[in-house]
Order: sequence, then C-alpha cells, then structure tokens
Amino acid sequence: MTLTDSTVAPQTPSGQPRNGTDWWQRVLHYRPPQRYVPLLATAGVLTTLYLLGRANYPRFGRPQVVLNIFIDNSFLFVVAVGMTFVILTGGIDLSVGSVVALTTVLSATLLSHGWPAYAVLPLVLAIGATLGLGMGSIIHYFDIQPFIVTLAGLFLARGLTYSISTSSIPIRDPFWTFMSQERISFGRQSITLGVVIALVVILVGIFVLGYTRLGRTVYAIGGNEQSALLMGLPVARTKVAVYTISGFCSALGGVLFTFYLPSGDPLHAVGMELDAIAAVVIGGTLLTGGSGYLVGTVLGVLTLGLIKTILNFEGTLTSWWAKIVIGLLLFAFILLQRLVIARRR
Amino acid sequence: MNELLKRLTGHRLFWPIAILALLLITSAIVSDDFFSITIREGALYGPLINILRYGAVLMLVAVGMTLVIATSGIDLSVGAVVAVSGALACFWISRLDDQNSVGGVLTAVALALGLSVVLGAWNGFLVAGVGIQPIVATLILLVAGRGLAQLITEGQIITVNSAPYATIGTGYLFAFPVSVIIAAAVTALAMLLTRRTALGMLIEAVGGNAEASRLAGIRARRIKVLVYTFSGFCAGVAGLIYSSNVRGADGNNAGLFIELDAILAVVIGGTSLAGGRFTLSGTVVGVLMIQSLTTSIYAMGVPPETSMLFKALVVTAVCLIQSPAFRAKVFGGRRWAARTPRAGEPPGPGAREPGHRVEVRA
Repeated sequence: MTLTDSTVAPQTPSGQPRNGTDWWQRVLHYRPPQRYVPLLATAGVLTTLYLLGRANYPRFGRPQVVLNIFIDNSFLFVVAVGMTFVILTGGIDLSVGSVVALTTVLSATLLSHGWPAYAVLPLVLAIGATLGLGMGSIIHYFDIQPFIVTLAGLFLARGLTYSISTSSIPIRDPFWTFMSQERISFGRQSITLGVVIALVVILVGIFVLGYTRLGRTVYAIGGNEQSALLMGLPVARTKVAVYTISGFCSALGGVLFTFYLPSGDPLHAVGMELDAIAAVVIGGTLLTGGSGYLVGTVLGVLTLGLIKTILNFEGTLTSWWAKIVIGLLLFAFILLQRLVIARRR
Repeated sequence: MNELLKRLTGHRLFWPIAILALLLITSAIVSDDFFSITIREGALYGPLINILRYGAVLMLVAVGMTLVIATSGIDLSVGAVVAVSGALACFWISRLDDQNSVGGVLTAVALALGLSVVLGAWNGFLVAGVGIQPIVATLILLVAGRGLAQLITEGQIITVNSAPYATIGTGYLFAFPVSVIIAAAVTALAMLLTRRTALGMLIEAVGGNAEASRLAGIRARRIKVLVYTFSGFCAGVAGLIYSSNVRGADGNNAGLFIELDAILAVVIGGTSLAGGRFTLSGTVVGVLMIQSLTTSIYAMGVPPETSMLFKALVVTAVCLIQSPAFRAKVFGGRRWAARTPRAGEPPGPGAREPGHRVEVRA
C-alpha cells in the first residue's frame, strides 16, 4: 500500500555520501499511510491558517490567542468528542445542541431555586445520558434511522427547554462563579478550568476509541454492522452506548457552556450540532463510519475556532463570511476524502 | 366487514390521515369556530384556510424533499435556498426605481428561481457527479448558503414595498390564496410527472438500488441531478412566498429549520428514508398534520415555543407505529413474527421494510 519500502537508495562506492543520499531518498519518497492523509491535510490547513493570521496581524502571534481558541470552544470540544463516537458507528446525533441548551436552562433554574451544585451537576449529566440512552435504544431496537430519532430528540430537548423557561436565567452559584473565574496561569498566559475538563474528556475519548474493546467495536460497527454482528461483537450494547456517550458529552458540554457563559438560555447553542458535525468531517472522519480519529476532530474544532478568530482580528469581515469559509472548507475536505477512498479501491 | 377494516387500516395512508383527523377534531373541540369558513370581499377566511396558507411554504419544500428522499438521498440545504431566493428577489426589488413595476418583479422572481435551480443542480452534481453522500453534500450548502443569503442582504433585513410582489404571498385569486394555488400547482405537477409518466418509477428504481438501475439502462445520475434541481426549484418558490408574506428578506431566519420540518412531513407521510418508495399524497397529509399541529397549539393557547415538544411526541409516535420492528415487539402478532428475528439474532433479509436496499459495489 505504501511506497516507503519499495524505494532503495542508490549504492555509491564511498560510504559517507551514501548515508546522506539514503536519508534524502527516504524523505523524498516518504508517503504517509493513507489513513493519515485526511488528518495531515487538516493539520496542514490549520498551520496555513495560523501562519496566515500571524503574517497579517502583529498581535496574532501571542500564545494567548491560541489558548483563547481553547477557552472559547471548550464546550464544542466535548460535544464533538461524543459526535465522533456516534459518527464512527455510521450514525448521526442531531440532538446535541438542544441537549446543551436544556442542560444550561435546567442547571440555571435548579440553582436559582437553591439546589446545591453537587446535586445539580450529577442530575443534569444523568439527564443528558438518559436522553442519549433512550434515543440509542429506539434507534437500535426499533430499527429507525438515527437521523429521524435524533431529530425528534432535538425537538424534544429544545421543547423541554422552552417549557422550563423562555428567557435567560443568570447563574450566581458560588461554585459556578469559581469555575468560570478561576484561571490556571503559566507566566502571562492562562486557561480556564473548562479547558482542563475538555482536555481530560479528549484524552479519555482517545484512550477509549484506540485502546479498549468498546472502541474497536465502534470502528467495527461503522465498517460493517452485519459483519460485526456475525463476528459476535456486542453490536446492540455498543450502538446504544455511543448515543449514551454522546448524550453525556452534550450535557457535559452544556455544563462547560455555563462555566463559560454563566447563564441558562433556551437560545443557547442553536445549530451547535452543525458545528460539531462540521468539525468531525473537517477532522477527516467519514460520515459513513468506520474510519477517522478523535485527534482529527480536535483539529477540526481548532480549525473552526481559528477561522472565527481570524475574522475577529480582521474586524471588517462579518459573521457570514465565517459560514461561507466553513462551507468551502467542508467542500474541500469532502472532495479530499473522496479522492482518498477512490485511490484505496 | 372485518376484511374491509383490515384493508382500511392496512392502507399506507391510514395512520397519517387518522392522526390528522384526530388533530383537527381536537382543535375543533378546543376552539369553537375551527371549521368555520367565511367569505369576505370575495376571499375565503378561516382557521382551515390559514393552515393551508401557512402550510404552502412547507408544502413546496416537502414536495421537492419527497422526490430527493425517494432516490435514497436527502436535501438539508432547502432552508438555506429559501433564504437565498428570498434575499435575491428582495434585493433586486429594493434596487428598482419603481417597486410596483410588474416587469421588475418578474425579473426578480426569475433571477431568484434561476439561482435556486443552480444551487439545486450544484447539490445534484456533488451527489451524482462527485459521488458524495447526500447528507454531507447538502450540508455544505446548508452552512454556506445562509452565509450567501446574508452576503446578498449585507446582514440587514431588506424590506420591500411592492404590490405585485406581495401578491405572491398574500394575494387572492378566485377566492383562494395565491400561495396555496402555487403550492397546489407545483404539487399537482410533481404528481402528474411522477405518476402519469415513467419518471416516478425511474426515481424509485434509482432509490431502490442506484447501481442496479444504472446497469438496467436507467441514467441514474441524470435522475439524481434532476430531483436535486427540482428540490432547489421548489425551495426557491417557497422562499419567494415566505419573503413576500413578510414583505422582506431575513438571511438569518428565513426558512430556519424548515429542512427538519420537511423531512418530518415526508417521513410522517409514509415515505421511507431508505429510498425506493415515495408517496406525494402522504407528504401532503404530513405537511397538513405538522401545520395543523402548529395552528392548533396557537388555538389552544399553549405557549407556541412548546410546539416542539408536541412535534417530538408526534414524530416518535408515528415513526414507532410505522416501524415493523416496533409493531413486532409491542403488538406481537403472527403477521410480523415470521419477518422479524428474535433479539440477538442477525436480522434476516426479510427483517427490513420491502424498500430495504441491497448494497452493490462496482
């Protein structure tokens, strides 16, 4: 499949330059394994965008600019991790944005009624996971398309959110204030605790997908569900599990959202499912499932964040350019994926 | 009698129509004059007419969506196309010296529809030409299209004050709202073309198995491009009606989430998302169901924001009732037992709906 081993450096009589040419030949003829091509392309685009930003704006080079991308997107990282699990099985979860909104409003309401933080946190996380569990069970046991079931979940969660409150509720709980204001500093740079939580979730996600049975089964189902079933893999359990994970991640994303913006609002996170799906696709994961990496999703979220940052620095360019640029990027990456698949066959 | 009942409940439109009737009757019980239709100045008014009028936009979008879904595709970009079409038409009219000139308005309509058709064809090219999955291919335009609409309106809400343009959304012709007549005409055209010619059968063949239909001599790619283009056209007309109704273009909110409502209407109507089978009459029932749900919720005095909750419940109920696996598990019954495997066993070839696809890789 790869050309790395097929090229042999020309033998020269003198020993010294031969090592040099050998090394050069290896560099020149190196082809990365094809499964990494989308990942490398995303990394390339990310680097290009960053260098573009640095070249154009003097203040862009400060490390805090990069850290701010993590801070402003901490919730999107977590939501996109859950979405990656679902998409790797070949499914899709449209309900994530609504579950984020439901979590923010529910937390804000309960806290304003005097509930303590240690009761609210587990409750909202459990509700998110339960919603995911319900959707996953309907998808698997009643054999209805994920698209439609999670669409119903989108309406259900957003409707519940509106029925709890139609206006924004501020959060003044001391724990939330601590979480949103506490910063971890290195020198003059700092990150929020939300970023730390997001990084932990990403690391756990990478571990689960890459090094556990659950992760292997997720890839197997995405590759071919029938084969996975015939191999004796626990398809039912795993399919329900990925939607539960996605529901949990959305609820956790909602909690991080309230750490970032301490309020509950039914208009929070409208369309966040699109951002998450776009991040996963830009990160090189196939929407048909079975192929992709969580690292790619992280790069995808960073790409989206970087585009918004550049547009902020530009100032005169307005938000609709972000949509057009993201659309073009999506197009470019999807074309690239097609080419990779075409070459593999 | 029993036989008749069985045939009646077995009809694929039975459950959608039954639920629609239930909705209408509930609304009629809650608000007294729900079924009343009055004639004022030669035009029909009443809650039922309102359902039709407000449903026209969704109807157009859903008709295009039905044909796309029949080819086992999906078009997520319709909401964005609705916004783009309205934005371009309003932008053109707002630049006219005389906003009431019929020629200028017709040019605007032609431009908007032209752009919508181009956007639809672009989707078709991505799906059929490049071979991208429909969800992803149309996701591109869903994201970028709304940006395009905002680019046209420069982020503002363009308001127009043009009598000919307002006619499209709010005018009356032969006592019926013009928007309803347009929606009905497009629906009738789609029904005629698909059921009186071979086109419908070709679309179902492509949806059932694109590769097999190509080998059978059907130009599968051409059919796909055609349905996406038609969907773009329908969304464009819907965008004209929408913007004419509110007399302005709002790139941000026009047609927001209409793709979800349209997919919902199609699925409720009995068209399988797996493709290969479609029913336009089912879609019409589905649209009426969603629209009367919204209208009844207003009539009942429930906060309109909670309509999403009702929608979620209705979708879940309808999808569960239509799912063979659910009927087998909940109602048991000998009719389904033979077709559905027990839990833990691999589903046999008969476990899915008749429209279930068999993958053929070239």
